Amino acid sequence: MKLLKLCIVICSLLLCSTAAHAEKITVAAAADMKFAMEEILVAFKKAHPGNEVQIIYGSSGKAHTQIQQGAPYDIFFSADVAFPEHLVKKGMAVPPIRPYAIGRITLWSTTQDASNMTLESLTDPKITRIALPNPAHAPYGKRAEESLRAVGLWDRLKPKFVFGEDMIQTTQFVQTGNAQVGIISLSFALNPVLSKMGSYYLISDKLHHPLDQAYVITKLGSGKPLAKAFGDYMSSKAVRAIMIKYGFVLPGDVK
Amino acid sequence: MLLSESDIQAIWLTLRLSTVVTGILLLVGTPIAWWLARTGSLLKGPLGALVALPLVLPPSVLGFYLLLAMGPNGPVGKLTTALGLGPLPFTFWGLVFASVFYSMPFMVQPLQNAFESIGPGPLQVAASLGASPLDAFFSVALPLAKPGFITASIMTFAHTVGEFGVVLMIGGNIPGVTRVASVQIYDHVEALEYLQAHRLSAVLLIFSFLVLLTLYAWRPNAKKG
Repeated sequence: MKLLKLCIVICSLLLCSTAAHAEKITVAAAADMKFAMEEILVAFKKAHPGNEVQIIYGSSGKAHTQIQQGAPYDIFFSADVAFPEHLVKKGMAVPPIRPYAIGRITLWSTTQDASNMTLESLTDPKITRIALPNPAHAPYGKRAEESLRAVGLWDRLKPKFVFGEDMIQTTQFVQTGNAQVGIISLSFALNPVLSKMGSYYLISDKLHHPLDQAYVITKLGSGKPLAKAFGDYMSSKAVRAIMIKYGFVLPGDVK
Repeated sequence: MLLSESDIQAIWLTLRLSTVVTGILLLVGTPIAWWLARTGSLLKGPLGALVALPLVLPPSVLGFYLLLAMGPNGPVGKLTTALGLGPLPFTFWGLVFASVFYSMPFMVQPLQNAFESIGPGPLQVAASLGASPLDAFFSVALPLAKPGFITASIMTFAHTVGEFGVVLMIGGNIPGVTRVASVQIYDHVEALEYLQAHRLSAVLLIFSFLVLLTLYAWRPNAKKG
């Protein structure tokens, strides 16, 4: 009986602690946003104290699937504008779809000097593993595939590919030394921690479709002022500075 | 054809992986189970717990450690590189290595139970008739533990088929090498290919049910015999 009482007390405490916040939103963000978003979050919390913003990172395709299945996300930051468009069409998100960045892809390595590389360098027999985000559902992986196809290397390099779940896992495959080169976003290559660990080569954006990134507020988030405030904050000066720092080209800016 | 070529490739790969892992664990798990069943050593507890760890450990923990250990800078990776095999992540044998740990309790525990239920009696009789310990093991203990071996092999095989988290973390999702059926289904779902996901999932569902059905249908007979 004592144990039961204790259980009830603990459970009710746990329930209380989640109900205490003023307002809370959950943001699904493409994994390439991870480092930039963490800085944005700090700035946003200073500007809007007392609220809670939770961010879930993953591949955009994965978040897209999850939202369709009723995942409790209020805003969706997608590395490919096609996913928010599809959600709006299906009535699972509410227009407007607002572009926030254009992504770039790089060759990144921790064991070799990637700054002297080109895509041709990937055929070097010393490079046995090339990590890239899974093109089946990660926009950056898709663009990586397009680029390698454009220069006619995709089929030749195929035996070397390993596919990460998203940008984070792809980076981790290189970081742990299991792949010599990874195809990751410029935003990751420029991150303060990662930029100290490795070097990068910027892949020409003429080789692939643009990585037009956009966010949309989901049906669930449409009634929440905090969701709108967070979205609006993306076009603030502070955020634009952070995004530029992480190598994103901003919509409206001349490249 | 209901399943695509890549689905069939994934199924074959899964069956190959499970067969190899079951074979290796029969060789590795049997002596461990035998020792655990017969020993009075203080190490029995710790080793038993170590073997059972994958039952409770999140696959991500195992996957994380294995990714580091098998990588070129890890102890296993250094060894395999020195042997000329190269680092194991993203390879079929990397999956085998991980699965041997992951499925170990499913082999060792049923075998240990089987050996324990034989008890010391039959082996003492064999010894009194002049059989060496090795002879007694092969001609007395092994036949008596046959039901245990069948249960253990089926469970190990089926559990390896069902492996997902560890493979996702160390596999690198390579078609024909590390993209097993469970990962293939995950990819179908992520890419919104629900129809393909349904078909392959149905195959795995029916397979798993039949395996367990065989196991349960066969068990009562084993007790009679």
